[in-house]
Amino acid sequence: MIAHTKGGNTMEYTQQISVFLENRPGTLAELTDVLWKNNIDMRAMCVADAMDFGIARIIVDDVYETMTVLKDAGYVCQITKVLTVEMADEPGGLSKILALLGSAGINLEYTYAFLSRKKDTAYLVLKVAEPEKAEAVLRAEHIRLIGQETLQGIFGD
Amino acid sequence: MPNYFSPEKETASREQIRAWQDAGLRDCVRRVYDNVPYYRKKMEEAGVAPEDIGGLEDLHKLPFLTKDDLREAYPYGLMARPLTDCVRIQSTSGTTGRRVVAFYTQHDVDLWDECCARAIVAAGGTPDDVVHVSYGYGLFTGGPGLNGGSHKLGSLTLPMSSGNTDRQIQFMTDLGSTILCCTPSYAAYLAESINERGLRDKIHLKAGIFGAEAWTEEMRRDIENALGIKAYDIYGLTEISGPGVAFECSEQSGMHINEDYFIAEVIDPKTGEVLPEGEKGELVFTSFAKEAFPLLRYRTKDICILSRERCSCGRTFVKMTKPLGRSDDMLIVKGVNVFPSQIETVLLNHGYAANYQIIVDRQKNSDSIEVRVEMTPEMFSDELSKITAREKELVAALKSMLGIYANVRLVEPKSIVRSEGKAVRVIDKRNLYQG
Repeated sequence: MIAHTKGGNTMEYTQQISVFLENRPGTLAELTDVLWKNNIDMRAMCVADAMDFGIARIIVDDVYETMTVLKDAGYVCQITKVLTVEMADEPGGLSKILALLGSAGINLEYTYAFLSRKKDTAYLVLKVAEPEKAEAVLRAEHIRLIGQETLQGIFGD
Repeated sequence: MPNYFSPEKETASREQIRAWQDAGLRDCVRRVYDNVPYYRKKMEEAGVAPEDIGGLEDLHKLPFLTKDDLREAYPYGLMARPLTDCVRIQSTSGTTGRRVVAFYTQHDVDLWDECCARAIVAAGGTPDDVVHVSYGYGLFTGGPGLNGGSHKLGSLTLPMSSGNTDRQIQFMTDLGSTILCCTPSYAAYLAESINERGLRDKIHLKAGIFGAEAWTEEMRRDIENALGIKAYDIYGLTEISGPGVAFECSEQSGMHINEDYFIAEVIDPKTGEVLPEGEKGELVFTSFAKEAFPLLRYRTKDICILSRERCSCGRTFVKMTKPLGRSDDMLIVKGVNVFPSQIETVLLNHGYAANYQIIVDRQKNSDSIEVRVEMTPEMFSDELSKITAREKELVAALKSMLGIYANVRLVEPKSIVRSEGKAVRVIDKRNLYQG
């Protein structure tokens, strides 16, 4: 008998959409207008910027629909697998998670946080170099990971 | 006070100049026909033989030569003398495809030096002057040309080459440079730096000879005022020899072409028809006096007007206006020839799409070039560092291709304006060409 302990099905990823934006006034507003006109609700967003361009990273419920809308609007975008971690919205909540990853030697590329309607809970989006390893480390500490399918559930709408 | 380096040439009668050109042309056509298979074939195809060329009146019978010919014949195909007779090579910037390699015998170098010496004298130079040459040295003709001219004249020559502005200014103040030779944009930059350091009173410049790029009358006034000098234009191209093919005199209104060595024509760039004096068209040169690399009817792609009106300086050589434009898409940025196709090649080699735009600007008399490239799904990454690393590679590749720094700016897909479906490739904000 083969032990089925690890595989695609058990991984809990969130599919973040990364969008290329050039650095000029109004580009982010243009992007959010496109989402608005197509009735797309963003669950989380963060913008990273270099000298002459930026990347908007967004989390939405329906990744396929959003990608279609953005591509039709002429954006260059791609899906990036990230981990979304549930944590207590209290002092030290973030430190605990970062300490776990740090001691496991997992390099964090970037992170940003968002809130839902669930009281006293915050969510942390993590982009790490070794997602499988990070997932195992977090699971071992009974930290809840939010997959793309369960995302809508935490907003309760 | 008029002064000439070669008075018997520069003030010769029109009849005398015509006689030199007639004899020189006949001789040159015979030489290339006998020694250069490429020319012989071209002339045979055009149905013209050396005996058909009696003088200037027959020049129009000869086929034109273009950069494409130079490329096809690269590197030795247009040489009219064996390599052993050659002493020098100069070259233009650019890709292998665009690169022009010119060969010189000692006679050719002497002729070129003489042309540059005439330019220095026309700018008021004498053997007592200290000629500060801040053009680049090396394959580029700017440095070697003015350097040679200054030697020929017997001036003290400072072979500074370009860059290292602090050192330039230090030599200028310590060694009393009196004539500055460089690109007009570098002259403007030096002027600004000198004034910023409060060293205007410590410099002894009286004149400047500025070429290798187009510049306006406003820029001339700026430089003249900032340095307290007279600023003169100089024209040339590697194919024909280098700077000094034509030079400005005390009139500062157009450049005298050294007609004892070069025949100038102006043609309609579309039909190739020779235009009468005073009409605007493409400048064409025949460098009949050169030994190693004489060119017959070489199309410069520079648009200008010729005038044989009597000049107050006493020179009888025909005058050309500053170039009024180009009949191709070549840009001159910081004195360097840039073809949009070179930039396109680099972009394609680096995986970018050919959706780009080149923005050329001049701020405070200093040129800048920006390449806007549309982002593609293939080049996009969620990681900022990957994109910036690719951007840096692109900047380095452009630098290596063009020889100058070009800023890269990534823009959103389809954001580059297309008119009638075709992208506007070049936006030159400098408005260099007047008149």
